[in-house]
This record gives sequence, structure tokens and C-alpha cells, in this order.
Amino acid sequence: MSNHAIETKDLGRIYKIRGNKKEKRIRKELIALQDVNLTVERGELFGLLGPNGAGKTTLIKILTTLLAPTSGWARVASHDVIQHPSLVRPLINMVSGGESSGYGLLTVRENLWMFSQFYGMPSKEANQRIVDLLKMVGLEDRLHTKSSDLSTGLRQKMNIVRGFLTDPEVLFLDEPTLGLDVGAARDVRRLIRGWVDANKSRTLLLTTHYMVEAEELCDRVAIINKGRVLACDTPANLKRNLQRDAIFEIETSPLNGLTSQMLQDQPEVRKAALSDIEGGARLELILQEESALASVINILTQKEVKVRRLSKREPTLEDVFMDLVGQKMEDVEKEEAPHAD
Amino acid sequence: MNRSETTRSFTMATWLGWQVESNWTDPFLFAIYVIIKPLAGAAILVVMYSIITGGDYESPLFPYIYLGNAFYIYVGAVMAGVSWAVIDDREHYKTLKYMYIAPIRIPFYWLGRGVSRFLIGTVAVIITLGAGALFLHLPLDLTRADWGLFLVSLVIGVTMLAMMGLILASITLMVAHHFFLIGEAVAGALYLFSGAIFPLEVLPAWLRPIGYAMPITYWLELMRRSLIGEVAEAFPTLAQFSNLQLIGILLGLTVVFAVLSVFTFRWCDHRARELGLIDMVSNY
Repeated sequence: MSNHAIETKDLGRIYKIRGNKKEKRIRKELIALQDVNLTVERGELFGLLGPNGAGKTTLIKILTTLLAPTSGWARVASHDVIQHPSLVRPLINMVSGGESSGYGLLTVRENLWMFSQFYGMPSKEANQRIVDLLKMVGLEDRLHTKSSDLSTGLRQKMNIVRGFLTDPEVLFLDEPTLGLDVGAARDVRRLIRGWVDANKSRTLLLTTHYMVEAEELCDRVAIINKGRVLACDTPANLKRNLQRDAIFEIETSPLNGLTSQMLQDQPEVRKAALSDIEGGARLELILQEESALASVINILTQKEVKVRRLSKREPTLEDVFMDLVGQKMEDVEKEEAPHAD
Repeated sequence: MNRSETTRSFTMATWLGWQVESNWTDPFLFAIYVIIKPLAGAAILVVMYSIITGGDYESPLFPYIYLGNAFYIYVGAVMAGVSWAVIDDREHYKTLKYMYIAPIRIPFYWLGRGVSRFLIGTVAVIITLGAGALFLHLPLDLTRADWGLFLVSLVIGVTMLAMMGLILASITLMVAHHFFLIGEAVAGALYLFSGAIFPLEVLPAWLRPIGYAMPITYWLELMRRSLIGEVAEAFPTLAQFSNLQLIGILLGLTVVFAVLSVFTFRWCDHRARELGLIDMVSNY
């Protein structure tokens, strides 16, 4: 039997979108995934990192048998998700973040117990596991609370517990900490890491657009944008490629018409991203040589832009993303808002 | 105990369906609702009948209509109960995708979700029949009823309705939220063609084949015959058929609908995966 928990080969998905009332018959094609080749080993905590609309959720839907691909194939726990979905389902579970799913009329325990029964868990074992998991996310005092009475964040925690409850071979978490406060997100990350570490036959695929989360949690990360996987490696290896570059962060006064392209046109400036901050702007620069900083300062001076703070820092996954895509993730999200995820 | 996928899909869905149907208000109000709703429905019918016939409750038409309407409660309850689960899970509770990825059999899950409405429907039918017998001189003599025929007809009929519900549920998987009443809409449309409220002879000749093709027509006839045999036979619609023949026709049509429901589910399920509709949420 293959040791791969997840395998995809040339996986693609095209959505056909119907036009508006006047163009009802015209079907536009939207490429959500294109030639995705991924291999996730058993025991791995694998991250899919990309902006909203990159195709992360589409990939999870295919892997969890909810959506058919338009090209290629995918296997989960050695079973083809299209040919044998009924063999895949007992081995997986999935939780989507940022939504308040669940039966509001049922208590937290009833919601979780019901799902455990759909998976064929013995009732006594399920009840014990529910209590244990709720303790781990700080929700044990809400066992008998109707889930409609929970806040969105607590309801999301309940759903995350639902995912872990059945102890699947492969667990898919789609943006699990989206919308959670800092403390709750930390609880969830601890649960995720602990679950994978406790048993090396368990595999977890996590999608996120939080760089820190991917960096902190994942054994390996695939960076995905516009349906394509651009890079896939450990966070350390991904960053290592940038370590020969110099990365600077500069806070300035308002930019007076200065654009990122003007900076990138300077010799040895590989990438430049600008963002507004209160009373000024922030420049993030990836330079081939530190000496290129002089030309950047020079152009700032020409535009009468004052430098307020300048720092050099180690590369992050955000820098890796910027290096691969040419833009910061938040800028891609602003541009790609209508793109399907 | 490790139950089979089919058993746990059905039993847990039945449990869930009952929780959803019975927990939306406190038990007292729920009981009032379950009692008042069928009585109100029967009262409307009786008032209409009274105005049209001048209060002729001795006519065989009255028990024909009254029993037809009483048992027609099952049509809406079972068909809508099964198909409503799709909309409810997908659009309201946003859990359909989690049910779909669970190791359960979705058709049995949907059927299980319909059980609670069947039970509530049963209470409504009993209350309607009881009110008819107590207050409206409905010629219902429990000692003379053919209980064997009644039970066989009820079981086959409810199975047939469940199969029709499964077809509607499969279609519901493909459509947006505004089809949320598809079960009740279809039940309403079939009301006129199934001999529930008037014999098929009342319909224009070119519309009657619809009624003859519908298993509900034969089922209602069997239910009437089992409870008030001689009155039911006063109408010529299906008089040429014996009880056994009617059961044979009903059983045959139920099998046809069962086969149709399997193919409809498979096709809709396949298309829903292709089109990405399983977790669709209508934006209006």
C-alpha cells in the first residue's frame, strides 16, 4: 500500500459560470485549479497557503468527494476520490472555518454525538471523547448549551471538535482559525499540532491564508495562487531560497506618487510592495544586494518621501509569496475578490 | 455495536428529524400545533362541502372527500418531509456537506429525516378521522374495517410516497433555495388528479390519465375501501378493480417509483458533484 495520504496528478477544476440576465446563455469558464500535483505523506501536517480565491477550498472539496474534478485524478488514503468515494469517507473528516454550521436546536453534546453515530462510533466512547476534546478547546462548560446560544467563535470551536471526534486518518481543515480571536486560534492550533504529533499515522491538510499559522504549524507548505501550486517545501526550505537576498521594511511619509514599479525598475530590486499605514506608507523590499538600498533611498529622496523607520529582517513566508507572485497576499486578495475559491 | 451504514443513516436521521421537528417550540405549543392544524384543515373542507351541497352529510360523496383529504395529509407530510431535509441541511444548518462526507447512505438519511413528519402526519390523520366520526357522522365503524387491507395499503402507500419524496429530494439537490416548497408544491398539484377531493370522472377526459397513472389514486381508494368499503364502492372510478388488483397496481407503481428514485438520485448526485452544488447556498 502506498504511504501517501494524499496524491493528486494533473488535477484541474473549471467552473462554468452563467452570465447575467442579458448573457444567460453565455457560459464563462473560471479556472479554479490547474495541473495540481501534490503528494502528502502519512503523518504529515501539510499546509495549503494562498489568498482567498486561490483554489484551496476547491482542492479540499475534491479531496473530500464533494466535487468532481474536470481533469486529473486524486487519491486519499490510497483510494480514488472519484471512483471510490465510499471507501474514502470513513477515513476522512473535514471542517470549514468561518461558518456557523450545526443544528442550533441541539446542544453541543447532541450535535457532536450525532455525528459520531453517523461514523459508527460506540456511544460511550463518543461521549468520553466529546468531553476530552471540549476540554482541550476550553468548551467543556458548554456541553449542554444549545449550539444556537453559542457565539460564532464558540460554534466554530464545536465544529473543529467535530472534525477531530472521529479520529480520521486524514483530516481536512479549511481555514480553521478564520474569525477566531487570538486566544481561541491559539487553542485550536495547539489541538491541531497535538493531534498530529500524538499518532504518526494521522495526516492533516490545512488551508490558511495566515502566514504565521502555516509557518508555525506545518511540516510542509504548498503555496497556491490562481489555481496553481507555485512552490511546495518545508517553511524553512522555502525561506532558505530567499536568505541570500536582503529584505528590508521601511516606513515613510506619504509616497507622493511613488509606485512599486518605480522601485522594481531600480537595479537589483527584486520585489517591492507598498501598503498604506496611518500617516504614511510601508515599503517591503526584496533586494538582490544590500547595496541596492542606496538606489531606493535615492528615489525616495527625489520624491521627497521621508524615511521614518528602516529595518532589515529575516525572510518570512509572506516574502516567499511575494517573491513567487510579485505581490503581497493581501494585495492579491483585493484584486481577486470575485475569483472562486 | 457497529451498525450498518444503512441502519445508522436511517435511525440517526430519524432522531435528528424528530429533534428538528419537535424542538422549535415548547412541548405544550407543539402539541397544540399538532392538534389544531389538521382540525383547521378539516374544518375548511367541511365548510366548503357544506356550502356546495347544502349540508348533505348523508351522501357517499362526504366520506369519499373526507377520507381522501384525511389520508392526503400523508402525501404532503412524507414527500415534503423527505425533500425538505436537503434544503434544511444545505441552506439553513449548512451541514449537508458534512453529511455527504460521512460514511452514511444519503438516500436512507433523507428517508430517516422524513419519518418525523410521517409520525406527525399520522397524529393529524387520526385526529381528522376522529373528529369526522365524532362530530360529522362519518360512517367509520372500526369493528367492520378491513384492518389487514388497511395495514398492507398503508405500508405500501407510505413506501410509495417515500420513493416520490426521494425523487423530489434528488431534484432539490440540483436547484436553489426558492424550490424549498417543492414537496408541498408537487403534493398540491397532485391533489386534483388523485381522486382525493373528487372522483376522477369529474375531470375532463383528457386529464384523467394523469390520475390513473398516479399511484396515490389507487392508494387512496384502498384506504377508503379498507375503512368504509361499501361507501367507497359507490363511485365508479376504480369499481372494476378488486382489492387485490388495486394492491397489485399500487405495488407495481411503487416498484416503478422505487427504481426511478434510485436512478434519479444517482444522476442528480453525480451532477451535483460535477456542478459543485452540494454545499451551494442561495444568495437570496
